[in-house]
Amino acid sequence: MIRAVGGRALRFVLTLAATSVLVFAFMRVLPGDPAEVALGTGASEEALERTRAEFGLDRPLAVQYWDWISGIPLGDFGVSFVTGEDISPVVLDRLSVSLILVVSAMVVAVAVAVPLGSWAAVRHRRADGIAVSALSQVGVAVPNFLAGMLLVAAFALGLGWLPANSWMPPAYDPVQFLSHLVLPVAALAAVQAAVMTRYVRTSVLEIMGQDWMRTARAKGLSRFRALVRHGLRNAALPVLTVTGIQLTTLVVGAVVIEQVFVIPGIGSELIEAVAARDLLTVQSVVMLLAMATLTVNFVVDLLYLILDPRTAVRT
Amino acid sequence: MPAARHTPASGVSRRNLLLAGLGSPLLASCHAGHTAVADPEQSAADEVVLALTGAPTSLDFTRNDGVAIPLVLMGNVYEGLVRIDGSGEVVPLLAEDWTVSDDLRVYTFALRRGVAFSNGTPFDAHSAVFSIERVRSDEWTNGLSAGMDVVASATAEDSHTLRVELSEPSNQWLWSMGTLIGAMMTEDGVGDLATAPVGTGPFTVERWSQGRSLRLAANDTYWGDPPASTSVAIQYFADTTASTNALQAGEVDAVYDMQSPELTEVLEEDGRLVIETGDTSGQILLALNNRVAPFDDVRVRRAVMYAVDRRAVIDTAWGGFGVDTGGAPAPPTDPWFVESSRYPHDPAEARRLLREAGQEDLHVTFKVPTRPYAQQISEIVVSQLREVGITAEIRSVEFPAVWLDEVFGRHDYQMSVIVHAEARDLPVLFGNPDYYLGFDDEETRELLARADREAPGRQEDLMRAAVERIVDRAASDTLFIFPNIVVRHRELQGLPADRPTDELLLAGVGRQEGPT
Repeated sequence: MIRAVGGRALRFVLTLAATSVLVFAFMRVLPGDPAEVALGTGASEEALERTRAEFGLDRPLAVQYWDWISGIPLGDFGVSFVTGEDISPVVLDRLSVSLILVVSAMVVAVAVAVPLGSWAAVRHRRADGIAVSALSQVGVAVPNFLAGMLLVAAFALGLGWLPANSWMPPAYDPVQFLSHLVLPVAALAAVQAAVMTRYVRTSVLEIMGQDWMRTARAKGLSRFRALVRHGLRNAALPVLTVTGIQLTTLVVGAVVIEQVFVIPGIGSELIEAVAARDLLTVQSVVMLLAMATLTVNFVVDLLYLILDPRTAVRT
Repeated sequence: MPAARHTPASGVSRRNLLLAGLGSPLLASCHAGHTAVADPEQSAADEVVLALTGAPTSLDFTRNDGVAIPLVLMGNVYEGLVRIDGSGEVVPLLAEDWTVSDDLRVYTFALRRGVAFSNGTPFDAHSAVFSIERVRSDEWTNGLSAGMDVVASATAEDSHTLRVELSEPSNQWLWSMGTLIGAMMTEDGVGDLATAPVGTGPFTVERWSQGRSLRLAANDTYWGDPPASTSVAIQYFADTTASTNALQAGEVDAVYDMQSPELTEVLEEDGRLVIETGDTSGQILLALNNRVAPFDDVRVRRAVMYAVDRRAVIDTAWGGFGVDTGGAPAPPTDPWFVESSRYPHDPAEARRLLREAGQEDLHVTFKVPTRPYAQQISEIVVSQLREVGITAEIRSVEFPAVWLDEVFGRHDYQMSVIVHAEARDLPVLFGNPDYYLGFDDEETRELLARADREAPGRQEDLMRAAVERIVDRAASDTLFIFPNIVVRHRELQGLPADRPTDELLLAGVGRQEGPT
């Protein structure tokens, strides 16, 4: 077990290191000159040279890479040369917004998908089970930005119940915070819940056909109790994997939803930084997202080991 | 400048580009730990909220290009010695009056008394000298600062008399003193231009959340009439759908410089809203690279002018909004604006010219910046060119970074389309053969130079002659003048729609209940 955890941890670190080199290299080969973007079309060649030097872009690549990467373990991403501000607090601030969004959406999605998916599985031959299944199919087909726009049209512009967009930090006004959160989270969670409902349904259906479930029923447990006592834990394994993968796609979905709802999260930060060729900020945000993805996978791996000790042997 | 200016649309400004939309990283200044907020604090009851596109990365236009910053600061936080009024004339502001020497090289300004900066420092001739000198120093990296190069010396003759000597006469200089390079600053107020600008204007910056919002509060010590509202908040949106949603939901009072003309039909149905359009100095230019084949041949350039139906471009790509100048590169906000009739839409003539030039089956590459206006325009232009036998292949180019690098910087293009937002940019666009358009014409340069140098009364005629010459040589095709579309709630008054320079005057903006 320890070896298995250690192996996964090593893989985690190596992947992260390789990612950092790739991200850095990609940003350097991107066409466009950050100094030119900052100074515009009127700048003289001298002013451009001076600005490049100020940005530190005239130093050897290895030095630039080391400067950047050595600060990361300390949580220091450096200073944005476009805005002159420390990147870490800004990025963390933006990240906290996106995390609120993503985690809320995930919680809502799971809370909806697990009961709904199990229901659809248990009653897969009945009309209501089929209806749930069909509805989730529709949900999977709707892109979340469209869901967002439809929600805005209905609840903000039509009924006027909720704000159409923008963001309120919870510390300023909790009520406003919640009212601003409802639509974007609903947009993200709706699609997510549809996807997960299908996975839960499939997984539970498969479990219900297993011999040991029949045995549990034969012992006198009701269908429902057999499912809760023996089924769900086993059904959880594939669902967990999917949740991990979905968590990362949720982050990507949040980039789009942040645009639709004018939410100052990490996604809008990334888009703005790319346009401004704010290389350090882009690198840092991409690294953070990579770390988040790898961390999720790592945690899912570890949960596997706990849920199903057999997987430790396989690696 | 447009580019930055507003946004998303954006184009390039003369010297500056605009990166509009660009957004930039924003980071907010983390005050309370959270910067990512629209504007959470309690606001004054009469606060006006305006939606704009293309948030600036900083409030320091001395070091950052783009229209977004001067748009909200000039005339509101900063003031110049003079101002450009709605008809493009130079009128007094911090200078009550001025005289010009007979040789047109020495300007003597009588400065207004009783004016103070928002940090309490009085405004006098020394602050004016400081401001002018600073534009000429390394502190200003914004390319527009070149407008001050013509100044030989600036001296304070007494506390409220400023003498400026130019190395040669320049009508453009006095005009540019009404733009951002003429902003009056004080030595003890330039420590933090990026977040805390200090000027003499009717507003001060109360709160600045980078990339998100800017709140201006009335300056209690302002020398003139107090503004109509004690507080004006600007919220930046990257997307027009989001800003018009906020407008319809009542969260903002107006959307300024709306970038989706196709939405106006829907918005018109909402009885609470009023739509207005104004003129800007932004020209949508179908840029032809005069240096390279096939556009080094004036016949081919003229063929393009005849082939493109500008009215159809405006109707199809921009909902019918925008002024057709007949291809002339001067907006209605310039005194020398005339609608040219040199090139009517005439595909037969275009084909004839192409035949004459031996270019009957012409293939060109059309580099289109990734901005909605450019993409919409490029499609109709391509179909019009196809009718006369020109096959234009669209290549999308990321704006601003890649466009600036390839098209603007390395002149690696045949045809492009971009909005040049900066006012009075003819000398930059067509008077410099090294500019990306590569238009090299001695006669045009001579006319432009004389217009700047000769008595102000001659300027208008000479500029008109320069415009005619540029059009005749078909340097590039001005497809239309970019409109400023303003959608506001009926109660909101005093928001100007015309924009001859990069300033949006907010002092008169206020909400009025009742019918209008």
